[in-house]
Amino acid sequence: MRSVIKLGMAVAGVGLLATAASADMLQVKGSDTIINLVQKEAEVYMQQNAGAKISVTGGGSGTGIAALINKKCAIANSSRAINAKEVESATSSGVAPSRIVIAIDGLSVVVNGSNPLNKLTMDQIGKIFRGEIQNWSEVGGSNMPINLYGRQSNSGTYGFFREMVLKGEYSSKMNTMNGNSQIVEAVKADPSGIGYIGVGYAKNASGVTILDVAMGQNGSYKSPLDKAAVEAGQYPIARPLYQYVNGTPTGAIKDFLSFELSEQGQRIVEEEGFYPISAEYKEANAKFGL
Amino acid sequence: MTMKRQLKEKLIEWFFLLNGILVILILGGIFILLLKNALPAFREVSLKDFVISPIWNPDAYDKPTYGLLPMLVSSLMVTVGALIVAIPLGIGTAAYMSDVARPRVREIVKPLVEILAGIPSVVVGFLGIVLVGPFITHLTGARNGLNALNGSILLAVMALPTIISLSEDALASVPRAYEEASLALGANKWQTVVRVKIPAAASGILAACMLGMGRAIGETMTVLMATGNAAAFPNSFLGPVKTMTSTIAIELGEVAYYTTHFYMLFAVGLILFIITFIINVISDIVFHKHTRAQL
Repeated sequence: MRSVIKLGMAVAGVGLLATAASADMLQVKGSDTIINLVQKEAEVYMQQNAGAKISVTGGGSGTGIAALINKKCAIANSSRAINAKEVESATSSGVAPSRIVIAIDGLSVVVNGSNPLNKLTMDQIGKIFRGEIQNWSEVGGSNMPINLYGRQSNSGTYGFFREMVLKGEYSSKMNTMNGNSQIVEAVKADPSGIGYIGVGYAKNASGVTILDVAMGQNGSYKSPLDKAAVEAGQYPIARPLYQYVNGTPTGAIKDFLSFELSEQGQRIVEEEGFYPISAEYKEANAKFGL
Repeated sequence: MTMKRQLKEKLIEWFFLLNGILVILILGGIFILLLKNALPAFREVSLKDFVISPIWNPDAYDKPTYGLLPMLVSSLMVTVGALIVAIPLGIGTAAYMSDVARPRVREIVKPLVEILAGIPSVVVGFLGIVLVGPFITHLTGARNGLNALNGSILLAVMALPTIISLSEDALASVPRAYEEASLALGANKWQTVVRVKIPAAASGILAACMLGMGRAIGETMTVLMATGNAAAFPNSFLGPVKTMTSTIAIELGEVAYYTTHFYMLFAVGLILFIITFIINVISDIVFHKHTRAQL
């Protein structure tokens, strides 16, 4: 009970802060996968535009989209597409979410560095995370039970991975971690662990092996670190990373988005370990005047 | 003059009465709010499913299920684990402080214990991740240190200050005559503390432990960070658990308002409220028995 009050106070406090600050500050909220990237973009943007104020916070894609719908933020970061339920609730509160693609992610599957395995198929990864394969020996590893590390349900990565790879339910034995870094740490410490993280986090991680992934048994195995493969769509679990805004962006919001999509902004995307957007997404973004 | 003083007295009286009423109103208000938001949940999910369904998965790929049991068991596991660690330690420390320690030492230890109570739960959770977790993997060979045992140890640390200071008060309020009689009969210090003072203070100590338990079961941030949060039914202290408090904290941020899932989270909160309420009422009754016995 005490914690319920605490939580309530925290929520109320955050709400107050948000309304107090929203007067002149651009609020960006959502996905923990791209929080570092957007923070970096905001930093550089603010250096170049004196007077611009942008606050970037995390909480998960679902949290960001909920905040956009409740008009608590101007831009929602999301590592998954908005779902039907959210569109419905947005419409009923008079918000029209527009989707802008700011970067591409090669979602990376990692295992402990001591695990001899270095590749899996999509089907195998799905079976592992659904709990149908429970021992490493079944996929050519040593005889060791598999320990799963995933994200919590407010994570866009959690949702995307389920839609794209599992196409079913996560094993209830999966440990649900707070963020990408916590998964890296857990897999690093656990010889039998496996987890999924954004490529931006995988690149700099030590002590874990980033697996090559193939679509099917006869497909070619590709690494999420292989830029050409991700950009050509050959890496099976590549995904666009989104920012959602209400309606057609104007003013400060439009200015910041344009910066992110500019050559300089896309260079930051690469520096942070993600991939720049392709022509196809550029075209889609152009619909919103970007 | 006396009129003025009387009025002042009355005003002060009313002020305190008002404070008391306000607290009761807040408590009642929270209960009604929880109840109002929890009841609609059972329009779509039967109470029976809520109680017996083996899994909590409101965000399911196919069909959402709302099972209280794995969370309830998880919460009870970490709480009982915490008490197993904290009660002997707490009573031991309390006995040391009230009967063994020199006054100088006591003056130092008592505030230190109180400082322990002031450590923010997120800091304790952090220690769980970087310190207790790796220690558990090292010691037990468990593959991951984020589990029920980790949560228990951290909650024990958090419940300790409550247990220590209230137990110490209880021990200190045992009439000196008991101690003197025991020593006069030839009992040594150890026998006096263990067989006379602790039994005499038992109800106060029990109340302290109950309050410590209430502290442990409602704690959120620490268990959220340190217990792994897997939805499966817990099967061992070395496996991950997802408590009622972590579930609410994780899911309330992203849930669509006024949906079954939303109401269900309030239902879980209501259960938690009832549990802590019962624990507090029991400890209160026990404690009053204790103080009355002293008079």
